[in-house]
Amino acid sequence: MKVAVIQFPGSNSDQDAVNGVRVIGHQASLLWHKEESVGDADAVIIPGGFSYGDYLRCGAIARFSPVMQAVKQFAADGGLILGICNGFQVLCEAGLLPGALVRNRSLQFRSEHVFLKTIAKDTPFTGGVADDRLLRVPIAHGEGCYFADEETLAGIKANNQILWQYVSQQGEANDDANPNGSLENIAGICNQARNVAGLMPHPERACEEVVGSADGRAILESMAAWLDKGKSAEAA
Amino acid sequence: MSDPAITPELIEQHGITPDEFEQIKVILGREPNYTELGIFSVMWSEHCSYKNTRKLLKGFPTKSAKVLVPAGEENAGVIDIGDGLAVAFKIESHNHPSAVEPFQGAATGVGGIIRDIFTMGARPVAAINSLRFGSLESAEVRRLFRGVVAGISHYGNCFGIPTIAGEVYFDKSYEGNPLVNAFALGVLRHDQIARGAAKGVGNPVFYVGPATGRDGLAGAAFASQDLTEESADQQRGAVQVGDPFMEKLCMEACLELLATDAVAGIQDMGAAGLTCSTCETAARGGTGIELKLDKVPQRAANMTPYELMLSESQERMLIIVQKGREEEVQRIFDKWDLPWAEVGVVTDTGRMVVTNHGKVVADMPAAKLADDAPLYDREAKEPAYLADVRAFKLEQVPEMEAPEEVLENLLAWPTIASKNWVYRQYDHTVRNGTAVFPGSDAAVLRVKADSIPGGGVDANEQVPEKYLAMSCDCNGTYVYLDPYEGGKIAVAEAARNLACSGAEPLGTTDNLNFGNPHNPELFWQLKEAVRGLAEGCTVFNAPVTGGNVSLYNQNPNGAIDPTPTVAMVGLIEKPEDITTQWFKDEGDVILLLGAAIDTEDPLLGLGGSAYLQTAHQLKTGTPPRCDLSKEKQIHTTLRGFIQTGCVKSAHDCSEGGLAVALAECCISNHVGRETDSLLGAEVDLGEFGNARVDVLLFGETQGRIVLTASEVNAVKIEERAKILEIPVARIGKVGGNKLTIKGDGFRFAWETERLHDLWFNAIANAMK
Repeated sequence: MKVAVIQFPGSNSDQDAVNGVRVIGHQASLLWHKEESVGDADAVIIPGGFSYGDYLRCGAIARFSPVMQAVKQFAADGGLILGICNGFQVLCEAGLLPGALVRNRSLQFRSEHVFLKTIAKDTPFTGGVADDRLLRVPIAHGEGCYFADEETLAGIKANNQILWQYVSQQGEANDDANPNGSLENIAGICNQARNVAGLMPHPERACEEVVGSADGRAILESMAAWLDKGKSAEAA
Repeated sequence: MSDPAITPELIEQHGITPDEFEQIKVILGREPNYTELGIFSVMWSEHCSYKNTRKLLKGFPTKSAKVLVPAGEENAGVIDIGDGLAVAFKIESHNHPSAVEPFQGAATGVGGIIRDIFTMGARPVAAINSLRFGSLESAEVRRLFRGVVAGISHYGNCFGIPTIAGEVYFDKSYEGNPLVNAFALGVLRHDQIARGAAKGVGNPVFYVGPATGRDGLAGAAFASQDLTEESADQQRGAVQVGDPFMEKLCMEACLELLATDAVAGIQDMGAAGLTCSTCETAARGGTGIELKLDKVPQRAANMTPYELMLSESQERMLIIVQKGREEEVQRIFDKWDLPWAEVGVVTDTGRMVVTNHGKVVADMPAAKLADDAPLYDREAKEPAYLADVRAFKLEQVPEMEAPEEVLENLLAWPTIASKNWVYRQYDHTVRNGTAVFPGSDAAVLRVKADSIPGGGVDANEQVPEKYLAMSCDCNGTYVYLDPYEGGKIAVAEAARNLACSGAEPLGTTDNLNFGNPHNPELFWQLKEAVRGLAEGCTVFNAPVTGGNVSLYNQNPNGAIDPTPTVAMVGLIEKPEDITTQWFKDEGDVILLLGAAIDTEDPLLGLGGSAYLQTAHQLKTGTPPRCDLSKEKQIHTTLRGFIQTGCVKSAHDCSEGGLAVALAECCISNHVGRETDSLLGAEVDLGEFGNARVDVLLFGETQGRIVLTASEVNAVKIEERAKILEIPVARIGKVGGNKLTIKGDGFRFAWETERLHDLWFNAIANAMK
């Protein structure tokens, strides 16, 4: 898989995303925010950071950048897009994902490892996660509390768009396991078409045991496997 | 607007003595004008000139085979880590700004130190910090603590630097005068070291970054005065406002630019802003600089030359560009949407000439201004309080009541309690290189391709695997009670923390936080502590590569505990040698390396201890002694055990002694949110005979490490230690859900879960 990692001014986990993709044996390169095309990328990652300083609102300015117009087209054409942390915020601001991310209920930044339970398995981002396997990955955000109005939330649930929930080590989606006050312990979701996903935790910072966990690979590997399957189907 | 007349009052307001004013007249051959007076006042402040401490600092070891750029030469020292790679690191204080405006004061402290690092051509990849506050019982202290932590969190997280270690102490002496010492480390190749010299006559001088405003006017001079009741109101304007997003862009642009060789010299505008950056670069280059103030981007209307020269607006850089390469520079700044302006030129006059709309507003010899600040030998006198400290006898330590509660109270004491409330607000995983997170003896960071400027682009780029450990330490109580021993212990503890993590020290950066140097007793503290620090750094072969001096740390009630913070960086060559402090497996043998009790210490390690402070409200007694050569031998031996794969965990004994160290080994393995892996232990101290129980459990004898090993390896360690004649004792086994400690005539037990909860939640509870 060839991944374009968008680089906004203020992105700071961009290189982490590039490294994460490379560690699992695939190609990744940075794509400057002033570019108007995603080129020949098979997938796009919108990385973590503080795009444009997060002035106004997290992700609010990034959605107007030239590259985001190309990303929107890529999404409409069915391309795979994963937004991580600030990237998730950008995707919500851009209307590619439903809902919004607001200030953590603690009113403080939170940096710690959390456990994720994969809910919907029928997506390009989760297909490779073994049943009942919890993923231990870090979070690092101040505005990661997922919020949506009742109607939107009902729609998300009806369409099985919740991909990951914050859970305890025993797998329970309880209040103690929720680091930011997200509705329904939501850590990540996808769109209705299931080709665009966003999550607040950082799977790309959990791809090697030496940095404390390699559980994040499962998400990137799912994307690669899904693309491979698509290509072999095309070839057949 | 005309400048004020130069009166004796105005001179005094600028912190310049009548003698210094005479010296200024000699240097200039005339009276200074208002702008020049302002320039002298900041350049000759303690913050910029070290005029009260420079002679003392000469005692520090600054050289080793690995030192590439020594202390004092540039913005930060640079040390070789092998294979053509190097690290640049430094610590700096932002105490007074943080006392007045905690959020911005701390945030800009982080910003300033990060700029020092990328100015050297290095990519900043790790931050740590050392903080001191009064008692958390005070609402005002809680406000300062909350604000400082939020400020560090805001700046570091947004910039994208992992904050991976630190220390926080709480003591009444810091009430109203918190200490905020921020450290940053960057990585670079030897051939990427950048210099802050204005080289090449005729080269244009560029200004990069946001426009200059009135914020931070004369912050360096403000940092060099006592804090008073009125400081908060008067000085708020001297605190700068930080913009980490701008700094991130500025760093990326500067590193990209440095890769082009279009840069002849680069310098950040930190303390004393345009003034310091221009005259220091000219002094280093042996040149002069002509600066046109009307070209400087300005945020406020009608700024005077005085204000422009002294402003400390943040995130600004001064770059001396190779003539003819201006377009490349402009292209890169434009790419990053950064404001820039050509503001001057390098000359051969040796003078810093500042003009505004064609009119000369300052004309002074650059080298003399930068390097010829007055140097003082301040009077030093042993403080009177030390007589009482030394008179304190072991017999005066009251009987210990309820030892179970003593340990619980120690673990919940904010100075010892888990600092997770602090570091969970710091992004410690960004850049994906942190191998040991905050919460062990030292943090460990992986050096990889993208740690180096320009690295990480090519997927096939290979960088030799290396790991850096870092720790910062200083027990101010010890330093107060015995500045010399306390200074040595600060260094020894930092080195011990590195050793416990498997690292060999590379170098040290220190932050000397002391009181008013004009007070002979306070100056004596400084002198003695520096002597102790220097000895320690020499013994551990960890030369001082730079640092910061912050004097005048006092509030209306008196001076702070003298606090020479030591930040040390070490190298671990192989990932398998990275060691953490918590117990790993049931059944492992617990060993105590180093003598259990220093029998030559009359107080047997209880002087200045956390135990005396918490159980008996006594902050007195001569602190434990530090035998540096024995200490070094223990570190070397420990590293040997680690490198032969014998050690599963290693943790040093510091505040709270052996009992606290053991408890921390049981409860500090934090797996994730609300998830901790607790392991109990059964400890038997019977072999130490009938020593006092308070001494055995809570004495703070130096040079002790608690380590664990499998049975087979424990035997190897015991045999080897015997040959090396290093005391080692088998004191117990890991297992169960209780920590039990027994000895000659006593047995105590604690549930690990209870100890964990007390220790882990103490600060969060205090902050509710």
